[in-house]
Amino acid sequence: MLDEIRRRLGDAVAHEAVCGDDVLTVSAEGMPAALKMLREEFAFNLLADLFGMDYSRAGNPPERRFAVVYQLVNLAGRRRLRLKAFLPEAKPEIESAAGIWKAADWLEREAFDLYGIVFLNHPNLKRILLPEGYEGHPLRKDYPMQGHGERDAFPKYTTQTPLGDLLKERLA
Amino acid sequence: MSLTLEPAEDGSKAVVLNFGPQHPATHGTLRNVLHLDGETILKVEPEIGFLHTGFEKLGEHLTWQQYVTVTDRMNYFSPISNNVAWALSVEKLMGIEVTKRCAAYRVLLCEQSRIADHILSVGLQAMDLGAFSVFLYAFEERERFYDLWEMASGARFTPSITRIGGMMREIPDGFLDATSRVLDGIPKTLDEIERLLDRNRIFQKRTIGVGKLSREDAISYAVTGPLLRACGEEYDVRRAFPYLNYDQYEFEVPTHAEGDVFARYRQRMLEIRESISICRQAIASMPGGEMNVNDPRVTLPKKADVYQKMESMIAHFKLLMEGHGIRPPAGEAYVPTEAPNGEMGFYVGSDGTDKPCRVRVRPPSFINYASFPRMVEGKMIADAVSCLGSLNVIAGELDR
Repeated sequence: MLDEIRRRLGDAVAHEAVCGDDVLTVSAEGMPAALKMLREEFAFNLLADLFGMDYSRAGNPPERRFAVVYQLVNLAGRRRLRLKAFLPEAKPEIESAAGIWKAADWLEREAFDLYGIVFLNHPNLKRILLPEGYEGHPLRKDYPMQGHGERDAFPKYTTQTPLGDLLKERLA
Repeated sequence: MSLTLEPAEDGSKAVVLNFGPQHPATHGTLRNVLHLDGETILKVEPEIGFLHTGFEKLGEHLTWQQYVTVTDRMNYFSPISNNVAWALSVEKLMGIEVTKRCAAYRVLLCEQSRIADHILSVGLQAMDLGAFSVFLYAFEERERFYDLWEMASGARFTPSITRIGGMMREIPDGFLDATSRVLDGIPKTLDEIERLLDRNRIFQKRTIGVGKLSREDAISYAVTGPLLRACGEEYDVRRAFPYLNYDQYEFEVPTHAEGDVFARYRQRMLEIRESISICRQAIASMPGGEMNVNDPRVTLPKKADVYQKMESMIAHFKLLMEGHGIRPPAGEAYVPTEAPNGEMGFYVGSDGTDKPCRVRVRPPSFINYASFPRMVEGKMIADAVSCLGSLNVIAGELDR
């Protein structure tokens, strides 16, 4: 089955077995078509997981800094497949998979929130775990563990001032 | 007041109701903005992240062995399943296969935590619908498992019981007998819960046909665990991608076709009975021998040897000193496991140092909860409460 998939995806796809798991590296442009094909023709009907990676400390050049990883499961055939697309630092953009799997909606929002990866044509691309108006993407390697002092800069709540006004002031 | 009323911004007749974050039925800190027409829900906007703790970022700053303590805090219902999932991923990265005794002990603990998780979530689900006595019965059973985990690890809530390549300690004396005694008591409690709920007209009216999710939708939302099996899809990681010798145990994977809240309750009850059977098999066939693998890269030497032998003392230092410790080869690994809420696993990346360079959790609660709007849109407010209870959302894992 894997050979058939590789034949259909063409020569641009690199295959490696990482710790015994099949991983296919697909270009960002080719990813939507590859996902669609895997779902419709090879019955990989479950998008088990989708997340971002930052390879800037692993010696990757800036044009391969970020990656999006897709974990697919073929429920009937009990097979798993991992797909990976590298994205450049300057423009980390990839087509959304929310039209193929509904699960991609929240997972892509999370990758956007924590890594700043932009999913084109996503129905509702906004932060999901962090508050709106937050600056930076904390899972990037250049984001410090201690943060940028958000905790100290967070507006203090007093009984006199409604919290909403303080937040508005800070975000203005 | 936990609920506030505001008129809709677009001037329509719809009323916006803030459901949570402090409503008792929102299970921790969740907020749902409900757009209502009368009592009918037109639209749901879930808002999460109140408990975001940065567990994945934290993983890049703790050693491989330390991170197991964080996995406890992600799921306070069934921490041991998370401990085991973490250990399995790191072991896969290092090419370590745990001993037969360790695998059987992990299976026993995982199934214990599944029973504890399922029975409590049934109790909470019933409590949300007003059946408080079921909650008390369920909580009492859960306490017995906490006693067992205290016996095994010294901690009730945060056992952190696995280590890379083994467990924190041998099985304590009398643990297997104590487990058997606890298991003996559960079927009686399950019967009592069933007598209270199965033919209870109020419970039936609030659960049968409520929060329906079709099989196609469930797969599209990547819902896993008892929620998916209650929609008729027989996907259980223990069966489909066996780990820890699960293929050597005999157990059924029950399913239901209805996909409603009642089916989820029944699904959990059936799974508890299967888990009891797996626990009994694990106790009966508990292999002897060593608990930890004989691998100097991960396993600490015996304490007596550390005091007596030079090599053991050096090995001990090398495993515990800052900057040394366990150093998996560069690479990435993922092991899916069947946690009580669904497929759960850690995607770990190593760059060859003593700390991971990436820790990704596949959070079943987060992914299952994304299907909540699909279940309740077009239904009544009361259905949202019933539905939320059946999802068993763990906020620690939802927000990480």
